[in-house]
Amino acid sequence: MKYGVNEQGYYGDFGGAYIPEMLYPNVEELRQQYLNIINDAGFKEEFDQLLKDYVGRPSPLYHAKRYSEKYGANIFFKREDLNHTGSHKINNAIGQILLAQRLGKKRIIAETGAGQHGVATATVCALKGIECVVYMGEVDMERQAPNVARMKMLGATVVPAKSGSKTLKDATNEALRDWIANPVDTHYIIGSVVGPYPYPDMVARFQSIISLEAKAQLKEHTGKELPEYVLACVGGGSNAMGMFYHFLDDESVKLVAVEAAGKGVDSGHSAATTFLGREGVLHGSRTILMQTDDGQVVEPYSVSAGLDYPGIGPQHAHLYKINRAQYVSVTDDEALKAGLLCSQMEGIIPAIESAHAFAQLEKMKFKADDNVIVCLSGRGDKDLDTYIKYFNF
Amino acid sequence: MNRLNQLFTTKKDNLLSIYYTAGYPEINTTLAIAEALEKAGVDFLEIGFPYSDPVADGPTIQHSSQQALDKGMTVNLLFEQLKDLRKRVTIPILLMGYVNPIVQFGVERFCKMAAEVGVDGVIVPDLPMYEYEKMYADFFKDNNLSNIFLVTPQTSEERIRKIDELSNSFIYLLSSSSITGGNLNVSGSIEAYYQRIKAMQLNNPTVIGFGISDNKSFKKACEYASGAIVGSAFVKLLEEENYLEKIPEFIKSIRP
Repeated sequence: MKYGVNEQGYYGDFGGAYIPEMLYPNVEELRQQYLNIINDAGFKEEFDQLLKDYVGRPSPLYHAKRYSEKYGANIFFKREDLNHTGSHKINNAIGQILLAQRLGKKRIIAETGAGQHGVATATVCALKGIECVVYMGEVDMERQAPNVARMKMLGATVVPAKSGSKTLKDATNEALRDWIANPVDTHYIIGSVVGPYPYPDMVARFQSIISLEAKAQLKEHTGKELPEYVLACVGGGSNAMGMFYHFLDDESVKLVAVEAAGKGVDSGHSAATTFLGREGVLHGSRTILMQTDDGQVVEPYSVSAGLDYPGIGPQHAHLYKINRAQYVSVTDDEALKAGLLCSQMEGIIPAIESAHAFAQLEKMKFKADDNVIVCLSGRGDKDLDTYIKYFNF
Repeated sequence: MNRLNQLFTTKKDNLLSIYYTAGYPEINTTLAIAEALEKAGVDFLEIGFPYSDPVADGPTIQHSSQQALDKGMTVNLLFEQLKDLRKRVTIPILLMGYVNPIVQFGVERFCKMAAEVGVDGVIVPDLPMYEYEKMYADFFKDNNLSNIFLVTPQTSEERIRKIDELSNSFIYLLSSSSITGGNLNVSGSIEAYYQRIKAMQLNNPTVIGFGISDNKSFKKACEYASGAIVGSAFVKLLEEENYLEKIPEFIKSIRP
């Protein structure tokens, strides 16, 4: 693949594995084995079976008629919100738990921000009867109490990350520290296309099912091979990478990645990484991240906990730098209003993360026969409190 | 030859090194602590520059880093504080910190500044060998700086050989695969690991760090290596009142 990772783990200038020596054996074991394992016929069979019977795939590609009329193009929603556990996160969690089993690991750790990846990981650990420890920022645990309860009900131990800003980046730090202390028996299920190589590539492959299905489904709907536009929201960027994956080499397809501007790109309360960040190293890879002049990581802000991350995956940094994808941003207000519009025009309450992608439709001009796919990465149940407070229902 | 190389040529055992975080517990005590440690007989120092996301560090050093950052510590300020380093301190000095602040400062500029103020080496736990060799080794060489690599009980022999090749002063042996501030637990397998390293007859001397907190763990480490590094235990001392005055006694408690 033209935009894929090279042997050293780089996408152009970005990627690599910037990890302390303590993590080297764990990451090296993964690097040496991940492709063999996931290309193995037995693995593929079990992965596909679980995606079908347990997750409920393929997720529909829904032709949104009222949206199409409103925006003057054929608008399709890729319905990742209909997956078991409510978002695309489960695709990666299933892939990695099968991989962990084949590596002989007895214990799973994960980080989570909003709790969606934590719930997906706790779910697959319950499915396989493997011990599960989820690190979550103390602040996020308060903000997302229902997901904390879900993880506990699924049998996971939720450990509050009390260091630094007590949010997602600190939960990631704590998970990495756990992995350093437990190098042999533990696998770390990273939830996004971030982290040291091979994680960005591995997670992208597990999420690539989204675009693999969408491509075939679009043909069924329209008879056409390719859409004109593909849109997805970006925090770390796993649903976007899954949604872009099989369209990357089709240069005619315009890829649009929507970041969270929070209260506005220049407000000081934002998570619009490509607008506010510079090149550097975060969580094991060279990428674009929000940081001070002195190289300290800045705490981002977004109403959406899933987009509240100071970096983006290294492949996104590459696609941004070479202009293969367009990176835009949408504010809290725009996203929340788009969430309401989607609810009332299509009968679907989207996760606030996904609502960022919908908000971008307002800013685009389409031709009548354009086919546009928006990744509806998750459902909005978890965000009801935020919606209720904002709209005073 | 820098001061580190000279030290390891002249002194082969019982070397004691101390780590502390610049800007902690007070923003401008970096040199005062260095002076006190030299007077107390410490052989070389590691001065940490703080980072917001120090994944290899335990709670004690994390806390000191956050405090230092809150007080306004930066890489720029550290070099400013070290301007008179060589008027006041003669023992070898290493800087230790994570890669992102160095990348932002500019790796070449960082190496130049370090050499200018009289620093002898750098430890960057999250700078991988591949990237170091490909992009940065020349900057280190041009400025006569040693890059110190870490080795853990899980590091393969092949990799240790490669590290030995790229090193020119000493190799930092981790007592266990852990973050800083744990306990040195010399179990059978750890002794086997130290013996395995010793038997490899590396070109570079080794120094053991992580979990060295008292005379017992220091002595144990020195049976297998040229010396040992104390970090978290010393940073804890800095939390106490009149910490500067307590330094000689602390050093004596590690190496009488």
